[in-house]
Amino acid sequence: MAQAAAHDHHHDHTEHETSLKMLGFWIFLITDCILFGTLFATFVVLRTHTDGGPTGKELFEVPIFVAETFILLTSSFTSGLAVLAMNKGNRNALIGWLVITALLGLAFVGLEVNEFATLAHDGATISRSAFLSAFFTLVGTHGLHVSIGLLWMTGLIFQLLRRGITGVTKRKIMIISLYWHFLDAVWIFLFTVVYLMGVM
Amino acid sequence: MSAHEHQHHEDHGSVKSYIIGFVLSIILSIIPIMIVVKHMLSPVATIASILVMAVLQFLIQLFFFMHIREGERPRYNVMALILGMVFVVTIVGGSIWVMSFNSQVQ
Repeated sequence: MAQAAAHDHHHDHTEHETSLKMLGFWIFLITDCILFGTLFATFVVLRTHTDGGPTGKELFEVPIFVAETFILLTSSFTSGLAVLAMNKGNRNALIGWLVITALLGLAFVGLEVNEFATLAHDGATISRSAFLSAFFTLVGTHGLHVSIGLLWMTGLIFQLLRRGITGVTKRKIMIISLYWHFLDAVWIFLFTVVYLMGVM
Repeated sequence: MSAHEHQHHEDHGSVKSYIIGFVLSIILSIIPIMIVVKHMLSPVATIASILVMAVLQFLIQLFFFMHIREGERPRYNVMALILGMVFVVTIVGGSIWVMSFNSQVQ
C-alpha cells in the first residue's frame, strides 16, 4: 500500500513537471509570436518602399511558394501522426513519421534556399531596398526556425533509436511537435501577407 | 485510472481529427490562392478574404494540431496566448496606423 502511494506520488510529480515544462514551451512560443509580429509590422510598413527596385509581383513565383505551403502543411500533419503513433507506444511508426516530417522540412528549406539564391542572382539582394531588407529578415527568420527544428528533430530521432519511448523522450516529442505546428501557423501568415498580397 | 486514460486519449486527438484538420487547412490554402491567381475579387475584398482564411487556418492549427485546450486547469497557456495576441495585434495594427499618416502604407 505504502509502495503504491509512493509510486502514485512519483507519477504525479513527473506529470506535474511535464505539464510545467509544456507550459514553459508555450510561453517561449508566445514570445516568438511577438518577435514575428514585430517583423511582420516592419514588413507591412516597408513593403511599398522598393526604391525603384524589383517588387514582390515581379519576384515571387506562384508555383514555388504554393509548393512550399503544401509541403509545410503536410509536414505539420505528419508530425501530428508521429505523436499519435507515440501515444499508441509504436516506436517504429513514431520514428518513421518523424523521418517523413524531417524530409518534408528539408524539402521546404531547400526550396527556400533556392528561392533566395535566385533572387540574389537577379540582383534582388537584402541591401537593394527597404522592402527586400524586410522580406529577407522576415522570411529568413522563419527559415532559420525551420532549420533549427530540423537539427533538433534529427537529434530526437537518434535519441529514440537509443532509448525508445520513455517519459522524457515523450515530452521532447510533444514539444517539437508543438514547435513544428507553430512554424506552420507562422508560415500561413507569411504566405498570405508576403506572397499572396505580393503577387495580387 | 481508466477515466484518466480515456481523457488522455481524447486530449491528444485521433487520426480522424488530424485528417479533418489537414483537409480543412488544405482547402483554406487553395481558396485564397484561387482568389488571388484568378483575380476573382476587388483588391480590398481580396485582402479581407485571404486574411480571414489565414486566421481560420491559424485556429485550425491551434485546435486540431496544437490542442490548445489540453492540459491542467487553469489554462495558463490560453491566457498567455491571448496576452501575446494582444501584443501582436497592437504592434502590427499600431505600426500600420502610425505609419499610414506618412501616406506610404498601401
